[in-house]
Amino acid sequence: MASVFEYAPAPESRSVVDIAPSYGLFIDGEFVDAADGKVFKTVSPSTEEVLSEVAQAGEADVDRAVKAARKAFEKWSALPGSERAKYLFRIARIIQERSRELAVLETLDNGKPIKETRDADLPLVAAHFFYYAGWADKLDHAGYGANPKPLGVAGQVIPWNFPLLMLAWKIAPALATGNTVVLKPAETTPLSALFFADICRQAGLPKGVVNILPGYGDTGAALVAHPDVNKVAFTGSTAVGKEIAKTVAGTRKKLTLELGGKGANIVFDDAPIDQAVEGIVNGIFFNQGQVCCAGSRLLVQESIQDELLDSLKRRLSTLRLGDPLDKNTDIGAINSEEQLARITSLVERGEAEGGERWSPACELPESGYWFAPTLFTNVTQAHTIARDEIFGPVLSVLTFRTPDEAVAKANNSQYGLSAGIWTEKGSRILAVASKLRAGVIWSNTFNKFDPTSPFGGYKESGFGREGGRHGLEAYLDV
Amino acid sequence: MSDATRLSVFKTYKLYVGGKFPRSESGRVYEVTDSKGNWLANAPLSSRKDARDAVVAARKAVGPWSGATAYNRGQILYRIAEMLEGRREQFVREVADAEGLSKSKAAAQVDAAIDRWVWYAGWTDKIAQVVGGANPVAGPYFNLSSPEPTGVVVVLAPQESSFLGLVSVIAPVIATGNTAIVIASEESPLPALSLGEVLATSDLPGGVVNVLSGRTAEIATPLAAHQDVNAIDLAGADDVLAKELEIAAADNLKRVLRPQPVDYTETPGIDRMTAFLETKTVWHPTGSLGASGSSY
Repeated sequence: MASVFEYAPAPESRSVVDIAPSYGLFIDGEFVDAADGKVFKTVSPSTEEVLSEVAQAGEADVDRAVKAARKAFEKWSALPGSERAKYLFRIARIIQERSRELAVLETLDNGKPIKETRDADLPLVAAHFFYYAGWADKLDHAGYGANPKPLGVAGQVIPWNFPLLMLAWKIAPALATGNTVVLKPAETTPLSALFFADICRQAGLPKGVVNILPGYGDTGAALVAHPDVNKVAFTGSTAVGKEIAKTVAGTRKKLTLELGGKGANIVFDDAPIDQAVEGIVNGIFFNQGQVCCAGSRLLVQESIQDELLDSLKRRLSTLRLGDPLDKNTDIGAINSEEQLARITSLVERGEAEGGERWSPACELPESGYWFAPTLFTNVTQAHTIARDEIFGPVLSVLTFRTPDEAVAKANNSQYGLSAGIWTEKGSRILAVASKLRAGVIWSNTFNKFDPTSPFGGYKESGFGREGGRHGLEAYLDV
Repeated sequence: MSDATRLSVFKTYKLYVGGKFPRSESGRVYEVTDSKGNWLANAPLSSRKDARDAVVAARKAVGPWSGATAYNRGQILYRIAEMLEGRREQFVREVADAEGLSKSKAAAQVDAAIDRWVWYAGWTDKIAQVVGGANPVAGPYFNLSSPEPTGVVVVLAPQESSFLGLVSVIAPVIATGNTAIVIASEESPLPALSLGEVLATSDLPGGVVNVLSGRTAEIATPLAAHQDVNAIDLAGADDVLAKELEIAAADNLKRVLRPQPVDYTETPGIDRMTAFLETKTVWHPTGSLGASGSSY
């Protein structure tokens, strides 16, 4: 679609961030090489440019980091809560100060638009630390009994879709409750976690309280299997989540899992169409759809299907895909070649199974990993693209006639993480919300997050909650 | 005719599934003895098929039971206590036989079990206020977290405490709106099977509690792997079995409550309820009342 107005490039400056050519593991307050000297490269997914070379933690490094965390635990857990709080407040403040630098870094390493890292990821990261800082000296009042105890050493494994935000969700409650942590960032996005290590140093955080171990899946596996880890927290795929659940079976390790989703976004015939369209777009194209709680299944009431789809397609034609550092970019790069291949293969399967594929006219950059916003109509519940998590900018459209049918279709999934409801009728929102088997339900909005709001799934989307008072439980011996 | 010459009527102990009292579909029974080895009765030796039938019954009951008002669930749990009080003597006898206790010690167990039903009856309409609530999000949204039952819960009843332990693991599961499949103590299943008779006459809808007797491992193994079970309480499993079942349960990410030392005579906390609750958080824009921010 021809634009009425052309946009001039509006790139955010890269000079605000200084990426070193190489980074070590962060263990016991120091950056160190991996015991076996292994390194891996991290690239910018929008250009395939190598950003840095990062040490790759192996089993020996995991052991070293867990020992450091164990040693630090004694003093850290014995600190008055008010002192732990002050460290966390410091961290929150430094994150606010360095917010633009971290936003640019995250955009470079992850590929997501600067608009999102600047306006969503980073503010939420700082808010999360600020929120849990305040809990550290109020745990007696959190509803878990008097003087609730920390668990010990937390082994945490996080994904690449919101690297620093997922770090915040893991580390802030763990430290507030008096645990120490060993965290493994994803192999494609290790940089913001390593910058966070530097923030811990700036904040004067005692050595060993936070340890960062970049690496691949085997590093994560070694961490969750380590016998001296007391708590395992994982965000990632359901398949890996199940493996971790098996690994910790029979131990005393406490486990929380935030896994996949196939969120239903349900639009009733009385919904405000323009707002619903914005919500649908936000639901599936935010972060290129690489969001576990994405609204990847659109359930639209049959009577308004044509009107809604026309409007949705018009809106998709205005989305701007390209340089993630450009402030006007809506759709950035897919995080990795591997993820792009997965999206591509599922979309091909969608076509092969009879789905009707549509994308707006959209020019993809020559280098980097890109996928145009895509929607599928003529999709039934049996289709792979209506069942499997694609984790990309791909929306499957299904229809329904009655609220009961909408609920049945929404719940027809192994997952139960998120759902959306669009209708002007309040009683219908409450009735449908009460029947949906999902942990987070957005009515007349979508993809809203807040540190005070518990987040987590039903069924195979995992168990445990992150955020809010509920999020403390995962890190307390209760 | 004197009492001494009257031949007593034995009771046939049966399973309690879907509100009915079936025998095991396998036709098998096993001998239950008292603590001294004297024969007490034959109990059904449940099969995998019995376990699967119990899941069907429990699943069918989830909708109506979780949809009942918390007040109604409380009334029914209280009714269970009332019914038990009337059959106190029977349970004292069964618990004394099962656990080798004196009559007074067995009576203390039964009384505590009855009181436990009363305790949980009072929880049904309070737990949501204690563990849920509004979240003060930084934006114009109403945001509320509420607990919801996870669904079908398999409960391995404690092996030793055949009645107080049993009630202590069933009541928290159903108080919050879950339905339960209970595997009775392997050696001492009779109080559990008799409890089924009480539940059947307490206005508890069929299928909300299902009681199976037999070999714990044999029944629990298919249930831990069952795709239509949401959670499992491993109270009655030893360490080896508990690990096996937890691994099987990971296949569809069941919520698992691991075995832990519990003194069932003490007032419980809320952990056994929260272990089988999900948290649902609902967001909605709050809007505004015009440019002034107020319509008044």
